[in-house]
Amino acid sequence: MQTEGPESDVVLSSRIRLARNLRGSPFPMLATPAQSQAVMEQLLDVAENGRLNGLGPLEIIRLSELTELEKLVLVEKHLISPNLANESRNGALILDQKEDVSVMVNEEDHLRIQCMRPGFQIREAWETASLIDDVFEEQIDYAFDEKHGFLTSCPTNVGTGIRASVMMHLPALVLTGQINRILSAVTQVGLAVRGLYGEGSEATGNLFQVSNQITLGQSEEEIIENLHQVARQMLEHERAARSKLLSDSRARIEDRVRRSFGILSHAAIMDSKEASQRLSDVRLGVHLGLLPQVNVKTLNELLVSTQPGFLQMTYGEALHPEQRDMTRADLIRDRLAISS
Amino acid sequence: MLCQECGKRPATLHFTKILNGEKTELHICESCARDKGEFIPGTQSGFSIHNLLSGLLDFEQHAGTGASKPPAVRCDSCGMTYSQFSKIGRFGCSDCYKHFGERLDPLLKRVHGNTTHVGKVPKRAGGKVKTKREIDRLKQEMQGRIENEDFESAAQLRDRIRELEKEMGGI
Repeated sequence: MQTEGPESDVVLSSRIRLARNLRGSPFPMLATPAQSQAVMEQLLDVAENGRLNGLGPLEIIRLSELTELEKLVLVEKHLISPNLANESRNGALILDQKEDVSVMVNEEDHLRIQCMRPGFQIREAWETASLIDDVFEEQIDYAFDEKHGFLTSCPTNVGTGIRASVMMHLPALVLTGQINRILSAVTQVGLAVRGLYGEGSEATGNLFQVSNQITLGQSEEEIIENLHQVARQMLEHERAARSKLLSDSRARIEDRVRRSFGILSHAAIMDSKEASQRLSDVRLGVHLGLLPQVNVKTLNELLVSTQPGFLQMTYGEALHPEQRDMTRADLIRDRLAISS
Repeated sequence: MLCQECGKRPATLHFTKILNGEKTELHICESCARDKGEFIPGTQSGFSIHNLLSGLLDFEQHAGTGASKPPAVRCDSCGMTYSQFSKIGRFGCSDCYKHFGERLDPLLKRVHGNTTHVGKVPKRAGGKVKTKREIDRLKQEMQGRIENEDFESAAQLRDRIRELEKEMGGI
């Protein structure tokens, strides 16, 4: 994601995912190769025939044509799920040029429409996702029933099939020890908090993904509004914690931020865990006005480009872990030097 | 506190299970939890939302009358049985919802706190649902007008409701 959106000092991105299935075809898990092939062709046909042309030119990628590394890069860019990358029988991806709309075919459900927006724009993301949903619905018969709504493979998605999420950078809440209290409050109002790469992943670099859990019995608007309000409060808590850090312990926080910047600008070896922690410090420093020379856009790029898959894609497929850590350090040094 | 399983390592995971009002507590270390395949947050120990769901479903089956085993329920379209579903926590096809019927309600209630969809309705597949919802909405509005003794506009709403019901084929 290249551009910055509203409230991007705390909210990096907003995302909507809609799970949909075709009527009369078994879900991907049970489908025979011929059945999943037929589903794929039918869905790709909607994209290929320009029926989604409001989105501009689309790229259509059949996962069977990709190497493992290429799939990993798509995962790191949040364009496909690890699940689709690992079990890509007749999996496919429909992608718009800006890479903020991505449609997964034959993941856990036949169709997963994803729409990403920079910053805090969850409502806008929903509007786009819903329009794309309408285009598919004009052409294909969805599995839908009156009682259960959109029928999904997993009972946790049934109803609206919506997963709305915001990616938040919460370093001050972590530093001031408030994060656990806030996260447990968040989970009590029907939201889930995860690490950067979704289910089961750790919250590295103080990045947290907050998303709805409930998909049945609430309308899309209610779900989004709930998430919006909770994220808004978390955002305000984070900002308050940042100004408190700055007023109460300016020297300490400035030292931390500058050290991290120093290490990123000079280190020769950098593993991915350290990179995400140091980049988190630097991002905080930029937003506190302590590192005016660093460009946030550079930090956003580094967040993706320092991931293992992306690094190997850029610098050769055979990087072993230590080479990877050296290459990562080189890349970060170069990018920070250009940006500052 | 030491792990209840091995008695050597410190217990780092604490579970409270409440079954039929009876509370059991379990304090174990991560290594024993992994061996037992218990839930460890944030690790790749094979725990997933599907395991959790199948746990819930299992519980429902055992919580029944006990001795009498429920008859095998099967989805006619994809062949998945209810017991398979309760093991993997995922449906085989969209018709499973129909074939497993009301058995699903307790599960959905537990996961979502609700059993009925109120969100978006697709234009083609859900045309009737939309009309039905509109009828329900109008009926409520009509009731309100009657309570306010605004009989004239209530009668107008009644006529509109009749029209819509006719469109739906007398439902």
